[in-house]
Amino acid sequence: MTYEPVIGLEVHLHLKTQTKAFCGCSTEFGQEPNSQVCPVCLGFPGSLPVLNKTALDYGLKVALALNCQIQEYTKFDRKNYFYPDLPKNYQISQYDLPLSKNGFLEIALDGGKLKRIGIRRVHLEEDAGKLIHQEDSSLIDFNRAGIPLLEIVSEPGLNSPGEAHEYLTTLKSIIEYLYVSDCDMEKGSLRCDANISLRKTGQQDLGTKAELKNMNSFKAVKEALTFEIERQAELLNQKKTVVQETRSWDVKNLETVSMRTKEEAQDYRYFPEPDLPPFILSPDKITEIKKTIPELPRDKMLRFVKDYGLSDYDAKILVATLKDANFSEECIRLYSKNDKKPIVNWLIGPILYEANSRNCNLSDLGVAVKDLIGLVDFVERQEISYLAAKSVLSEMINIKDSPANIIQKKNLAQISDIKSLELQVGEVLKENPKSIQDYKAGKGNAIMFLVGQIMKKTGGKANPKVVQEILKRRLSNA
Amino acid sequence: MTAHELFDKLNRKEISPRDIITSLQDRIRQIDPKVKAYVRLSDSLHQTPILSGIPISIKDNICTEGYNTECCSKILAGFKPPYDATVITKLKEAGATVLDVKTNMDEFAFGSSTENSCFGPSRNPWNLECVPGGSSGGSAAAVAADEAIWALGSDTGGSIRQPASFCGVVGLKPTYGRVSRYGLIAFASSLDQIGPITKDVRDCAILMNIISGFDAHDSTSVDLKVPDYTKGLVNDIKGIKIGIPKEYFVEGMDAEVKTIVQEAVHKLKDLGADLKEVTLPHTEYAVSVYYIVATAEASSNLSRFDGVQYGFRAKSAKSKNLIDMYESTRGNGFGEEAKRRIILGTFALSHGYYDAYYLRALKVRTLIKEDFDKVFKDFDCIVTPTSPTPAFKIGEKIKDPLKMYLSDIYTISANLAGIPAISIPCGFTKKRLPVGLQILAKAFNEEMLFRAAYTYEQNTPWHLEKPKIE
Amino acid sequence: MAIDKETVKYAAKLARIELKPKELEKLSLQLQDTLDFIDQLKKLDIKEINPTSHILPMNNVFREDKIKDSLPIKKVLDNAPALERNFFVVPKVIE
Repeated sequence: MTYEPVIGLEVHLHLKTQTKAFCGCSTEFGQEPNSQVCPVCLGFPGSLPVLNKTALDYGLKVALALNCQIQEYTKFDRKNYFYPDLPKNYQISQYDLPLSKNGFLEIALDGGKLKRIGIRRVHLEEDAGKLIHQEDSSLIDFNRAGIPLLEIVSEPGLNSPGEAHEYLTTLKSIIEYLYVSDCDMEKGSLRCDANISLRKTGQQDLGTKAELKNMNSFKAVKEALTFEIERQAELLNQKKTVVQETRSWDVKNLETVSMRTKEEAQDYRYFPEPDLPPFILSPDKITEIKKTIPELPRDKMLRFVKDYGLSDYDAKILVATLKDANFSEECIRLYSKNDKKPIVNWLIGPILYEANSRNCNLSDLGVAVKDLIGLVDFVERQEISYLAAKSVLSEMINIKDSPANIIQKKNLAQISDIKSLELQVGEVLKENPKSIQDYKAGKGNAIMFLVGQIMKKTGGKANPKVVQEILKRRLSNA
Repeated sequence: MTAHELFDKLNRKEISPRDIITSLQDRIRQIDPKVKAYVRLSDSLHQTPILSGIPISIKDNICTEGYNTECCSKILAGFKPPYDATVITKLKEAGATVLDVKTNMDEFAFGSSTENSCFGPSRNPWNLECVPGGSSGGSAAAVAADEAIWALGSDTGGSIRQPASFCGVVGLKPTYGRVSRYGLIAFASSLDQIGPITKDVRDCAILMNIISGFDAHDSTSVDLKVPDYTKGLVNDIKGIKIGIPKEYFVEGMDAEVKTIVQEAVHKLKDLGADLKEVTLPHTEYAVSVYYIVATAEASSNLSRFDGVQYGFRAKSAKSKNLIDMYESTRGNGFGEEAKRRIILGTFALSHGYYDAYYLRALKVRTLIKEDFDKVFKDFDCIVTPTSPTPAFKIGEKIKDPLKMYLSDIYTISANLAGIPAISIPCGFTKKRLPVGLQILAKAFNEEMLFRAAYTYEQNTPWHLEKPKIE
Repeated sequence: MAIDKETVKYAAKLARIELKPKELEKLSLQLQDTLDFIDQLKKLDIKEINPTSHILPMNNVFREDKIKDSLPIKKVLDNAPALERNFFVVPKVIE
C-alpha cells in the first residue's frame, strides 16, 4: 500500500523589535534571569498592554511578502490556559480576525518546478517565559515573556519531508530579506511545529493527524517527519488506527514520542482582549508597508539569471541571503568584462567556500569588492595561477591587504617570461629522460607529468600554458 | 470638612498639612473601630510622605507602590505593588498625601455590600447595623463618617454610586476611558472605571480635574482634552432637558425611595429643567448582560492569581504537584463570591456556551447602548434613582446572590454603555437612611453632570447632614 | 438551561479552582438560579445585531518601539512566595 503524506507547518518567529510586544522592556537575548521584565510583561495586577507599533508593521511586512490578504479590521483575543511560563495565565493572541489570511509561498521542487504552498494565516501574539526543569521543581525566567511572536500557519499542502524542508528554507530566506527576525532556531527565535497525516495515494479525505513538536533544526523537522511517515504507515498497514495526539521529537533516539492525546484537549475560551481596542489597517498603511519590502529571493534570482547570464543553480546560491545577494551583485556589476562567468565562478567557488568555512556572509569576509575583482583580473590576465590566487584570497581575508601587495610580497606573480622558463624546462627534461621516451612512444600524458614537475620547481608560479608550449616545441625537436 | 474648604484654610495658612493629617488620624482611631471603613489598620498610620495638599483615601484595589494592595482578598495577602497606579501618580503630582491604609471593599469588587471582604464588612455610618453598600463601601463609609476628606473608589456596575447613595455622599463613575485604569486591579476591563467619592459636588469636580486624562499606559484611555470641571459648577439648570426613564420606576422598588426620588425630580423641574418621560426599552436585560460580560472578563483577569509570582500560595502536602498547587491556592485563596463569579464567567466562555451566553450578551449590550444614544439625541441628561432600596441590613442579602445582583439594577447600564453617571444625596427615609439620585449624561459630558448635580445640591440641604455615630 | 454538577465541575477544573463537595452542591444550585434569570436574554432576536466588545469607537492605539527601564530585580522578586536564586519556583511541570 502506498500512502501520501499530508503536512502542514506552524512557524513561530520572534520579531526583531527593540522592545516587547506590549511593554517597553528590551528583547535582548541572554540576559540575567528576570532582569528584563516590568509589571506589564509580568502580568502584575493592574498592569495593561499597549501594542508596539513596529511589531505590527513587521507582522504586516511578512504577511505581505507571503502574498496574504491583510484584514482591514483586526483585533487581539485572549487565549486562556494555565501554565507557569504564562504570567497572566492567558496569552494575548489573535483568534477569528488575524492580521492576514490566505497567502502562499512558492517552493522549488527537484527539477526546478515550482509548487505553491498555501498560507492559512499570519498572526501576532506574545511569547511566554522560559521554564528550566529540575528534579522536583521548575524555575521560571520571564525575560522572554512578551516578546512579539509571529505565527505563520501553512495549509496542509506539503507532501514530503523534503518539501517541508524546502518550505522552511524558502520561508527563512524571505524573512531574512525582510530583516524582521533572526530566524535562529538555537536561540528559539524561529520555532516550528508540524501536523502530519497519511492518506492512500489518490484519496481525497485527510487521515488522522499527529502534531509534532520540539524539533530544533530544519534537519530535525525533516527527520521527525520521515520517522512519523514510517510510524503511521506501519500502523495503517497493520490496520491499526492513528491516534490524534501531540508527539515530541526525541533527538537522542531519533523518534517521536507521545505527549498528550486530543482527549485532554484544552478549552482556550478565546474572547476579544478588552484592554486593546481593535486595529483598522487602511489601504494607505498597507501601501506604506509594501514600499518597505525589498526584492525577494525568487525575483532576485530570476533577475540575476536574466541580467547577468547566470545559471538558475548559481543564481539560487547567490541569493540565499540578502547580504550575499547584495555583495555578489555589486561584484558582478563592477566586474568590467561582459562575460560575468569568471567573477561568478569565484563567488560561488573559493569566496563562498571561505565564507562557509568561517560561518559568515560573503560581505563579512572583510574583503573589498574592488579587491576581489582585482584578484579575478590577475587570474584572467594570467598574471597569477588559479592555485596561487586561492592562497592570495585567504591572505586577503586574514591580513586585509590588496591582492597586488600580497602577490608582490609573497612573490606569487606568475612566470610567463620565456627565457627563465626555458631554463627550468631544460633542467626538468634532463632529470626525466624516461618521460621524454614515454612521450615519443606516444604517451601524451607524459607531458602533463612534466608540466607538474615544473610547477613544483617554481612553487606554482610558472604559467602552465607557456610551459606546455615550450615543452611541446622542445620535445618535438628532441 | 470638604477638601475645598481645607484648601481655602491652607491657602490662608490657618492650618498646616500636618494638622489635617493629625486630626484625620485621630478621627480614624476614634471612629474606625465602629465603622471599619479601613483595612489593615494598625495602631499608628504611616502614610506616605505628607505633601502640601489634602490627604486622600484609596480603595484596596488601586496599586500604591510599596504599600499593601490586596483587593481585600486572601489570595493577594501581603502584596505590595512595585508601581503606582496612574491616578496615584497624578494625585502625588497634585500634592495629595495618599494614605497608606486602604479602604475596605468586596473582594475584587465582587459585591454590593462589602460583606465579601476577607476582612469582614464595613458598617454604614448612618446605621451601624446596615451595609455601606459596595463594592467601594469602605471609601463611601469613610467619607460619610469624616474618616476621610475624600476618596477614590472603582465602579464596574455601580460600585461607586450605590455605596455613595447608601452613605449619603457624592460618587461619580466617569466615562469609560476618561480616567486611566493603569494600576486598577482589573475586575471587568471593559466596564471598570476609577472615580471620586466626596462630600459635595465641588470636591468631586476638583478630584476629577486631578485624575482625568489620557495615559499612554492604558490603550483604552482617551486622548481628549479634559475641561476644567469646576467651571461646570453653575447653579442654573434652566432649559436643560432631562429624561426620566419609565423603566426605572417599576415594581420591586422601595416605596419610600420612589417618593423621595420623585420629589427630587419635581425639585429639578422647579429649578427650571425641562422634564419628559423617556424610554430605555432594554433596561430589564442589563443585569443579565452584566453578569455574563463582567464575570467572563473577571474569570480571565483573575487567572493570574495562582501563587506563582505574588500573594498567597497554598502549602498543603498536595501542592507538590503543579495543578494541585494551582487548585488548592485558588480554592482556598478566593472567597465564595469570587469563586462563584469566576466559575460563571468560565462557563460563559467555555466551548459550546460562548455563543449562547457571551456573544449573546455582547449583542444585547449593543441594544442597551443604542437605547441611550437615542435618548441623548434629544436630552442633556437622564435622572433615575441610584438604588431601588436604601441601605439594607448586614446579612440580609448575602445568602441570595441573585437578589444581591439585582440591587445594582439602576447603576449597571451606565457601565455597559460607557457613559458617566453621578449619585448625589436626595433625601432620607423615615429611619434616616440616605437616598441617592443618579444623573447620567452622554459620553465625555461630565460637565453636564456637574452642572445638574451642583444646582440640585445648592438648592437642597441633604449634603449638609451628618451621621451621628454611636 | 439546566446546569448540572458535571458542568460546574468542568468549569472549576478549567479555572483551576478546587471545590469541596459541599461547595459544589451549593454553587450548582446558585448558578442554576442565576442562569435561569439570565436565560431571559433568549427572548430577544439578536441575529442582526453586532456585538459590542469595546464600548468606545477607538482604534489603532500604539506605542513607539523605544526601550524603557525594566524593574529592578529586587522589585520583581519581592512578592514571590518561593524563589531559587533569581528565578520563580513552582512544583515540577510534567509534560
